[in-house]
Amino acid sequence: MNIYVDLFCTFAKMGVMTFGGGYAMLPILQREVVENKKWATEEELADYYAIGQCTPGIIAVNTATFIGTKYKGVVGGVVATLGLVFPCLVIISAIAALITNFADNEIVHHAFVGIRACVCVQIFNSVLKLGKKSVIDIPTVIIFLLVLILAFFTDISPVVFVILAALAGLAVKALEAKRS
Amino acid sequence: MNILLQLYLEFFKTGLFAIGGGLATLPFLQALGEKTHWFTMAQLGDMVAVSESTPGPMGINMATYVGYCSAGIPGAVIATLGLITPSIIVIILVAKVLDLFKTNRYVQDAFYGLRPASTALIASAGLSMLLMSYFRDLPGSYFDRINIPVVILGLVMLFLTRWCKYTKKLHPIIFIIVSAIAGVVFSL
Repeated sequence: MNIYVDLFCTFAKMGVMTFGGGYAMLPILQREVVENKKWATEEELADYYAIGQCTPGIIAVNTATFIGTKYKGVVGGVVATLGLVFPCLVIISAIAALITNFADNEIVHHAFVGIRACVCVQIFNSVLKLGKKSVIDIPTVIIFLLVLILAFFTDISPVVFVILAALAGLAVKALEAKRS
Repeated sequence: MNILLQLYLEFFKTGLFAIGGGLATLPFLQALGEKTHWFTMAQLGDMVAVSESTPGPMGINMATYVGYCSAGIPGAVIATLGLITPSIIVIILVAKVLDLFKTNRYVQDAFYGLRPASTALIASAGLSMLLMSYFRDLPGSYFDRINIPVVILGLVMLFLTRWCKYTKKLHPIIFIIVSAIAGVVFSL
């Protein structure tokens, strides 16, 4: 199959399979992009999420553009992103045009209680997978716990955490170099 | 000004300044509705509900929905393209720069610190979602509000995705579909 068609279809598929925000997309990305297509590694995915959270735009789009660009340059980035948004365009337009009170529908409501329960479990699995590659020694354990606690209990912007964590990484490595 | 051009520019602005998850676009859309009267706040509430309960990342769904309500299918397409244009430009530039510097020691050191933070931010978002999904939205302590059937479903999914060797390699979407069916069948 043509590489660009493959990129478009893979991201379109992920667009259909994601329920919720960019974080809910992570388990699907790990399966499709890392394990099946091997367009990125687990570490690269963590990098893209870090960058995607502090650059303009929503995380899901940023991550799609990133993976596409890394794999097949500018055209790849554009194709991947268009693939991701294509199913949304079709589905949302159809719902807006045809189904009134879609979100109030009782069956939809029950289905989504189930879906959310499942997405939580999948994000938990994804975090464990990412953690194996990113939380690897004492300094990274400390960074992980500090950011987790502060991000959960305060309203500090992710941008702040990303900048401070990058500086912490530089500082830790500089200290290690000095000691050895 | 032409409504499509205006939609494109407004969503370009939203894409440029909304940083983070899908709900980050909400304040921008609120301001847009107040300014243009293309949609009411009640409609915006419906849009959030529909965007949350349809496939696709929420931020994109919101843009498509607002675009559709404002100017039909061309509006949906234009608003969505407007939202993703800044991301595409910025990320392509960042990716190029990173490519140039990826063997640089300092860039690698920065990512050594960034990766655990990125993982923690995802974990924190997951925790917030967990509270929202497994506890009822009622007053009272967490102990009173725990939604036991949903917790059981979650535990079953945890078992199937992690420990059961026959199912753990299945595609994530299969577990989502099964959970949706369970939600409907058991009226969760």
